[in-house]
Amino acid sequence: MAAWHEKTAHEISSAVRGKQVSAVEVATSFLDRIAAVDGNVDAYTQVWPEYALAQAQAVDAKIARGEDPGILSGAPIGIKEVICTEQGYTTCSSKILEGYQSPYDATIIKKLAAAGAVFLGKLNMDEFAMGSSTENSAIKTTKNPWNLKCVPGGSSGGSAAAVSADMCTISLGSDTGGSIRQPACLCGCVGVKPTYGRVSRFGLVAFASSLDQIGPFSKDVEDAALALNVLCGKDPMDATSADLPVPDFTQALTGDIKGLRLGMPKQCFTEALGAEMREKVMAAIEVLKKQGAEVVEVSLPALDYALAVYYIICTAEASANLARFDGVRYGFRHPEAKDVREMYVKTKSAAFGPEVQRRIMLGTYVLSSGYYDAYYLKAQKVRRLIKEDFDRAFTQCDAIVTPTSPTPAFEFGSKTADPLEMYLSDIYTIATNLATLPGLSLPCGLCASGLPAGVQFMTKPFDESTLLRVAHCYEKNSGITLGKPPIA
Amino acid sequence: MEYEAVIGMEVHVEINTHSKIFCACSTAFNAPANTNVCPICLGMPGVLPVLNREMVNKSVAAGLALNCTISRWSKMDRKNYFYPDMAKNYQISQYDLPLCYKGRLDIEVDGQVKSIGITRAHMEEDTARNTHTLGGGISGVDFNRSGVPLLEIVTEPDLRSAQDAYAYLTTLKQILQYLDVSDCNMEEGSLRAEANISVHPKGSKEFGTKTEVKNVASFSGVAKAIEFEIARQIEVLESGGKISQETRGWDANRGITFSQRSKESAHDYRYFPEPDLMPIVVDEAWEQRIRKSLPELPLAKKRRFKEQYGLSDYDATVLTSTRAMADYLEAAVQAGADAKKAANWIMGDLQALLTDAKQEIQECKVPPAGLAEMIQLIESGTISGKIGKDVLVEMFASGKGPKAIVEEKGLVQITDEGALVAIVRKVLADNPQQVEQFKAGKDRVIGFLVGQVMKASRGKANPEKVNEILRKELSA
Ligand SMILES: [Zn+2]
Repeated sequence: MAAWHEKTAHEISSAVRGKQVSAVEVATSFLDRIAAVDGNVDAYTQVWPEYALAQAQAVDAKIARGEDPGILSGAPIGIKEVICTEQGYTTCSSKILEGYQSPYDATIIKKLAAAGAVFLGKLNMDEFAMGSSTENSAIKTTKNPWNLKCVPGGSSGGSAAAVSADMCTISLGSDTGGSIRQPACLCGCVGVKPTYGRVSRFGLVAFASSLDQIGPFSKDVEDAALALNVLCGKDPMDATSADLPVPDFTQALTGDIKGLRLGMPKQCFTEALGAEMREKVMAAIEVLKKQGAEVVEVSLPALDYALAVYYIICTAEASANLARFDGVRYGFRHPEAKDVREMYVKTKSAAFGPEVQRRIMLGTYVLSSGYYDAYYLKAQKVRRLIKEDFDRAFTQCDAIVTPTSPTPAFEFGSKTADPLEMYLSDIYTIATNLATLPGLSLPCGLCASGLPAGVQFMTKPFDESTLLRVAHCYEKNSGITLGKPPIA
Repeated sequence: MEYEAVIGMEVHVEINTHSKIFCACSTAFNAPANTNVCPICLGMPGVLPVLNREMVNKSVAAGLALNCTISRWSKMDRKNYFYPDMAKNYQISQYDLPLCYKGRLDIEVDGQVKSIGITRAHMEEDTARNTHTLGGGISGVDFNRSGVPLLEIVTEPDLRSAQDAYAYLTTLKQILQYLDVSDCNMEEGSLRAEANISVHPKGSKEFGTKTEVKNVASFSGVAKAIEFEIARQIEVLESGGKISQETRGWDANRGITFSQRSKESAHDYRYFPEPDLMPIVVDEAWEQRIRKSLPELPLAKKRRFKEQYGLSDYDATVLTSTRAMADYLEAAVQAGADAKKAANWIMGDLQALLTDAKQEIQECKVPPAGLAEMIQLIESGTISGKIGKDVLVEMFASGKGPKAIVEEKGLVQITDEGALVAIVRKVLADNPQQVEQFKAGKDRVIGFLVGQVMKASRGKANPEKVNEILRKELSA
């Protein structure tokens, strides 16, 4: 029998609820696994053994009393550093929030706890979620469990690596332009970015408010559905969260996609896509065709501008969102400032990393008087065109399929010298955020290098059910199992 | 050369919602520092604002009262600048699409009505307060005010004098208080006024360079600052100088304005739409609901008081100066008092008592029905008008009803003919000299005799009857 740390959340939850195993036993298995392999992977920035065991004990106590702790009973979960927790620190992997303790829990943390989840600790990321390789963390360098010389992707690199290396059964990430789906692809797990507004952002430290969305990493699609059942729903603390009913997403996993129209945007299958990735994605499409999907070509002409639009909007919002980190109320304050202005300048210069500084400056520039119309306003107009492209495409199809990333995981340092090269890692994922759509990446095989490849699906806003149904159908019928990454 | 001043006002009023604009913290004034705070108004990482619906309701009400158009669709924006009193280093405000715009407020100056254009009224959050009095080279920040809801009301440059500005401020305050949307208390900072002032040769179409006067503590201070600033600008121009565009402070002690900040150091606020909040959509039905709930405004009430109650322009003005005063009068009338008589009592004796006690009419122990009852006691001849004054004093002090006081103190007027004749005869017998004088033709001595009778009856005698009986007895 497989060890508990290799199991999915639905397996763990039903075993814990069926008293086949205690939550403490499960948590211990994961904590042992972390102790054994995280020295190589460096996914965790903080591990909370005592806290995790205490939560597990509370779950066991509820079960002993005959109560139901919830659909994630005893499921060990890792949390991205960008999500606020009263437990431990919330640093966003930045020096500026070193030692910062949040006075409150994010809404989703409360929801997960109420569903019986057990929190193991916090996971590494690119500083303030800015990056595609987790190399921008001020804390540590997380490695890809499939090849320790390669990046895990980003910005939620720690969250992807932890699930991939069995150091948690589900993890939480945030996705602003692909920060869940790209690392999920590079690390060989399932990653979902829900529709903008589906999941409360209260307690998610903002990078780009109109694009950010929290979502889960998991070992399979069923766990993704289970996690979304808990995460989704209106939050009175988040004005942008949608007041829409949340279906039971596990009901969508029917395995039946007969007659489903699958759109292939021609703009996503150009030379920019590596040959191996193309081959894997085309094979995945063949699997779905066999299951009764009808493949149609769709066109997203404005997609060419997505990267430019994205880097204007996300940097503009980030320049304001990150303004509060000034050393006045919390976090790092430079000790040598003589006046307020110097305190701002020295604090921010010393404690923000180069990528964060670059984006703050870009964002400040595009919002400046005289440049606003040419950059920010125009970007908003093109964003609308991109959204309209998708609206049109979804009159012809029910789901869209694309690669998740142009290439599998790359080696450390190979893209850090050229920010633009790094930005291209998210070429297939950012449009989803711009158009506020839900997107999902799941593994579609291993490349010759032994690194995972991933395929991405997208659907209309708030149609996560179709998204999960397609992904689940592929998962069941692909005949592909990645196996375990070659660590420990 | 003859100059004309051109003045526009920017007024920030604190809207009197219970909780702050984007969080559930209390807006109470004078709480100990940093007690009315939470992660949201402190700008902690990960927090989000949620717009207080009551703020929108009250702002729309203010906009309607100022004859504004209400935006069907507006939004909040971020105004970016760094300062330690800014929790997020951006202020959530409204930039290009204010909630209310294109309004007008009629003011009265020297009996003339002027219509002042309202450019816009927009919602925003207040900032925290910095204090530099802690010693030890440390500055502190009190975040109690951070996130208190503000409505910024901006006029067109339609004001021409300090008197105009003063009338505008008092009229605006009166209306906002009528609506119960703001306390408009300058001392507590719930109303702050800034004036943009320029002068140009009279008749010229072009405006002169303007200065902005800030941080004035009272309406009369604003008027004085404007007066000073107009004179200063004219003097500069007359001596061949140029006005520099700048922000000026007001030194109330010395009675002068002084330069604070020049336009060159002005900020680029890098406004952009607030992505954490949804657009504000006030549909026709919502607007109508608020319009229907608006109270009668001062000007309309004044007109009605003149027509319905036959009050003079002056009386109607005084009695509608606050909603509480007008409500008091109407409640007294409702309780059966004659409107004119009630008006006289309110503006006369009651107001004097209130002024002495430093009370507002809504705090006073005399209920409108009590005043009406007291007036009826006079009407029915139960007490004299003079006794009425004493009764009101007692009512004001003790809160007792007029009938109870009259009975308790035995103040019922003596109208019984026999009893009065007896008193009169005794007074005449005691004052033979005055009787002689009267008979010698000194008619005005009758006043003295009436006074003696009233004194002897301890004020309870009916003065008209006394007069009548006296004359009869003297001519007998
Ligand atoms: Zn608060």
